[in-house]
Order: sequence, then C-alpha cells, then structure tokens
Amino acid sequence: MADNQKMWADLGMNLEMHDMLCAVLPGAIGDVFMSQENRPEAMDYFDMVLADVHGLRPAELVEFRKNGGKVFGTFCAYVPDEVIVAAGAIATGLCAGSQFWVPGGERYLPANTCPLIKAMLGARFDKTCPFYRLADVYIGENTCDGKKKAYEILGTDVPMHIMDLPQMKREKDYLKWADEIKDLKALVEKETGNEVTAEKLAEAIKLINAKRAALERLYKLRRNENVPISGTDTLLISQIAYYDDPARFTAMVNKLCDELEKRVADGVNVAPGKKRILISGTPMAIPNWKLHNLVETSGGVVVCEETCTGTRYFENQVDESGATVDEMIQNIANRYMSINCACFTPNTARADDVVRLAKESKADGVIDVNLMFCQTYDIEGRSLEERCKAEGIPFLGLETDYTDNDAQQLKTRIGAFIEMLG
Amino acid sequence: MARKYIGIDIGSTASKVCVLEEGCEPVFEVLPTGWNSKITAGIIKEDLEKRYVKIENDSQVVATGYGRISVDYADHVITEISCHGRGGYEMIGRDCTIIDIGGQDTKYINVVGGRPVDFLMNDKCAAGTGKFIEVMANRLGLTIEELFELAEIGDPISISSLCTVFAESEVINYMGEGRSREDLAAGVIDSVALKVATLVQRKELQDTIIITGGFSNNEFFAGLLSKKLGKTATAMTLGRYAGAYGAALLAREKSKK
Repeated sequence: MADNQKMWADLGMNLEMHDMLCAVLPGAIGDVFMSQENRPEAMDYFDMVLADVHGLRPAELVEFRKNGGKVFGTFCAYVPDEVIVAAGAIATGLCAGSQFWVPGGERYLPANTCPLIKAMLGARFDKTCPFYRLADVYIGENTCDGKKKAYEILGTDVPMHIMDLPQMKREKDYLKWADEIKDLKALVEKETGNEVTAEKLAEAIKLINAKRAALERLYKLRRNENVPISGTDTLLISQIAYYDDPARFTAMVNKLCDELEKRVADGVNVAPGKKRILISGTPMAIPNWKLHNLVETSGGVVVCEETCTGTRYFENQVDESGATVDEMIQNIANRYMSINCACFTPNTARADDVVRLAKESKADGVIDVNLMFCQTYDIEGRSLEERCKAEGIPFLGLETDYTDNDAQQLKTRIGAFIEMLG
Repeated sequence: MARKYIGIDIGSTASKVCVLEEGCEPVFEVLPTGWNSKITAGIIKEDLEKRYVKIENDSQVVATGYGRISVDYADHVITEISCHGRGGYEMIGRDCTIIDIGGQDTKYINVVGGRPVDFLMNDKCAAGTGKFIEVMANRLGLTIEELFELAEIGDPISISSLCTVFAESEVINYMGEGRSREDLAAGVIDSVALKVATLVQRKELQDTIIITGGFSNNEFFAGLLSKKLGKTATAMTLGRYAGAYGAALLAREKSKK
C-alpha cells in the first residue's frame, strides 16, 4: 500500500482527502459483502480487485502509459470499447458512484443535478480518483442534458471527446451512430498513432464479445431456481466489468461460472425462501450497492438488473461477420444501438426488456430505481409501471441518491413490497 | 388467562396499542412516542403486563410503525403498510383504498381481496403529513385541535411551497402582512389536503376510500379531501388505530399458522 501512496502522489492526487475515502472503504466492504453467507469461492478475485480498487488496476495503467500507451476514460454503456482496444489503447470506466464526490461536484453544478453527474465532476476536480487522473482523454456522450453540460465543465480541465448519440432508432440513426464511431476511431488513431486495421478491429470485437458472453452466462446462472450467488456480488462484477482488463475479467467470470454451475447442480441456494426481485432503472456505479444491500437484507434477492450495470451492458453481441472496417463499425453501431436507454424516444423496447427479463428470471416483482433528478428514467417509470401491472408483475418505483439518510424509509418501502409479494 | 393478540404501532408522533382477545371487542390505547421509542416500547410492555397479560406467556405481539425495531419483545415485525392495510380493511369490512396521514409519512394503500396490492408513500419531505400541520400549528400559536377548528371558519390562503420549511416562511410572510389566523389555518389544512390528493391521484382509487392516521376522525378534513379527490373519503373514528389493529390481527393470523 506504500507503493499506492507514492503512485497517488505522482498522479497529483489530493492525498489527505483521498485517505478519507480509503478509510471508509474497508468498513463498507465488510458490511455489504463479507457479512453475506455462503459466497462462491471465485468471488475472491473480485473481492481483491475491490479491496485495492485504487491500487491494482491503476498501477497497471501507470505501467501501460509509461510504455507510451493511451488510456481513454468512458462514462456510458453506449461507448464502444472495441474501437479503443483495436488501437492498442485501454478503455476504462470512470465510475462516480459515491456520495464522497458529490459535494465537490456541487461546487460546479446546480444542487438538482443527478448524483452520478455531480460525483463525476467531484472525482475529477477534487483529485481523489486515480482513474480520473490516468485517463488521457475522456469520451463523453449526449445521453442526457445534465451530462452534456457537465462535460463542458470537465472539458476545461481534461481533453474531452463527445459522441453525439442519436435519440431515436430510425435507419438513419443507426448510420449516424456508425459515423460517430468512425470519428471515435479517428480520434483514438490520432492519439495513439496506431491504425485501427480490419484485423485489429475483428480481434477487438471478438475480445469484447467474449466478455459480454461471460456476463450473459453469469446472469443465466444467477437466476436459477436455487440462487447460486447474491445480487450484491453479481452487481460488483458488473461494476468491475467497466474498468478491468477485458481478457482477464472474462477468464475470471468464466471461472466463477464454472463454480456456479457446480453449485446449481449441487442445489446450493444463497437465498432460500427469499423473494426474487428484478431491479430496473439507472446505473449503479461502484461503490453504489445501496439498493441491493437493502433488498437483500429485507427478505429479497436480486436475480437480475435491467440497468447499465446489468443487462444493458452485455445483452446482444456485435455481429462478427464484417469483413471491412466500415462493415465492422456498422455492426458495432447496430449492437450498441440495441441498448434501450430512457434517453431514446420512443423507448417501449425497454419495457419489453423488463417484462421479458422478469419472466426469464422468474422475478416475483420489479423494483424500478431512479437516481434523483434523472428526469428521463423518472418520467419513464410511470409507463413502465403500467406495462408491468398489465402483465401482472408487481412493481415498486423508488427514487434515491447516494446518501444514507433515506435508508430507513427505503427499508420500509422495500419491506412492505416484499411482504406484499408474500 | 385467554391468549391475547397484541399490535403495537410506534409512530413518529404517537404510539398505538391494540389488544385482541377471542370473543371480545378490541381495546385500543395511545400514548406519545416521545424522544426514545425504546423507552416507549418499555412503558407499553409494563402497562400491558399490569393490565392484561404476561407478554412471554400468553400473547403474540406484532410491532409496526417507524419504531417497530425498538419493540424487542415482539414476536414479529411487520411494516406499517401491511398492518394499515389489514386494519383498515377490517374496520370498513370490504376492499378499499386507504389514505393514511401519519406524523412523517402519508401513505396510499390499495386493498384488494383483503390484501394490500399496491402502495405509495410520500418522498422524504414532510409536506402533506402530520408534521407539516404540527409545525404550522406551532407557528400560529395553536394546538392542532384549535388549528382544525379555526380552519373551518377561515377562507383559505393558498400556501404553495412544497417544502415544510419554506412553507413556514410563506406563512410567516402572510402573518407579517396581518392576514387572519383563521385564513392561515384554513390555508394550512387546504394545502395538506391538496398535497395528499396530488400524491394519491397518481394511483388507482376505489369507490371506497377511508382515512386513517392521526386526523382520521376529522370530518372537516375528510370533506375537504373528498372535494379535492372528486370522490368520497370517509373519516374513521378509530382510524388512528388502524396500524395497531392490523398488527394485532396479523398476530392472531401468525399464531394460527
């Protein structure tokens, strides 16, 4: 850990403030993760990554950059890692899931901005996250007005490239997104000095497809009648997916899945008698485990997340049949445009996803969670509720932020919902 | 001694107790929750043991309400949604929509087939709750009962702020302008009715709507709320005990299982 201190100092971080963040992490990990019983052994790897979240992976990025490598920071499931990887660069998610960074962000943003966006700015300007220091260029995207304007502020401190995400799904929008991906390719080629060749891109597509396939496998196993892994553990894996080395991550998830397959065969159940909950809604960036922890300590077990830290991240693959770079880019665009985010209109396909996933995972009920001030998801909550009720799926809508001051109120609502399902 | 089924509802403002015994009418008690719900739970236990039953021997206790975890002698802890749903249903005797106005929460509970099937609670904000009325009564130098009495003869001034603290400032401004206390009192009650109506109208309202919670026996408030809803909301004489009653009924069901 002494090495970490030196690395953080070299990265120009605010060490005193960062120590405060590091001081609370072990307690939080103990309360949320280690208190769970009968966890799979292969969670060890993810526990280790989490325990040294600002040490292990950042040290790899430091090494990579020493040798001339470039790191691109991303914020959203729509940004295709394939193109970045194909240029020999590293893509890393910039998470922003802690209340710790919110006050820093409020110096720049109105109080009624979503906590994720505030934390984004706080993490950057407070200099308390190594990943934010290590990314050479940030890749933003126009997924909501809050992010769009916040990126302008980030852009005063770090090079920003914005991808203009279409917000409808007509044929021309798919073509437009491919165009935006071409611009991203040009940017990463310029920054790295490496050409994105057809060969490299095909390799990168395979690599990221394999990662998505591993997550898909994990999600199919977790929803077994005998639940072999908690939702809280699965959420952690989805969060780590955003910033770990893709090949190693895929191997570790597959190793875990081997163990889960055995657990399923042996009838191991980490949540006997608990109500099965599907969580839909806004992303839960690391270290935001609030809802999962509340649900899983109130008589429920989370069997699926229809979120950006869930199925939206890995469902659907990039068609691997493209021969030219242009064809591959269109295939990449098509896959990412298949994500159903509330920033699109219309977005009825998201409700289809929730209903399908609720059925596939045999969920007893859906809890739709939106981060406070996330207008698009908040508004969409109503039509999602109507749709779920029409399908006979019990539904609870919740709004929350990163603070703990509503924990008791949430516990009452979640507890009542679970009693209602019983 | 016959077995007693006891429901204890530790609310943010008042604690309610219901004692049920086969073949007898339910008995209800109320006391202020005070600053420490653990102490309150202890006082309730002492009182129950003195007057009714040895808790450990011949009783089944269900605790509910925001202080439910403080009742360490409870056999079961059940959320106030399930308890209010059960108690309200029993009181009116058929499926209904329950509007519960508590000290810090306003709840909508829809009871179908005798069971809560949907609910909604106000967000973490005191507007439209008993706390709002309490704060405003204090500001106007009135008891809550006096506030309701004055409100009936006043001409409501519109209080539009969504936040209790800001609404208090709004009331202070009107007081500074020399507006009458009855008009302000009417404005306060009107604003609560409006906020409650706005909240519950997001959900399905059945033809039978009942009011539970601290002001549930107030006909004036029920009339005002009915007007805003465009549907009759019925005042319940014993509505404040709905949670405790439901808890006692659930205690009986649990012990029969």
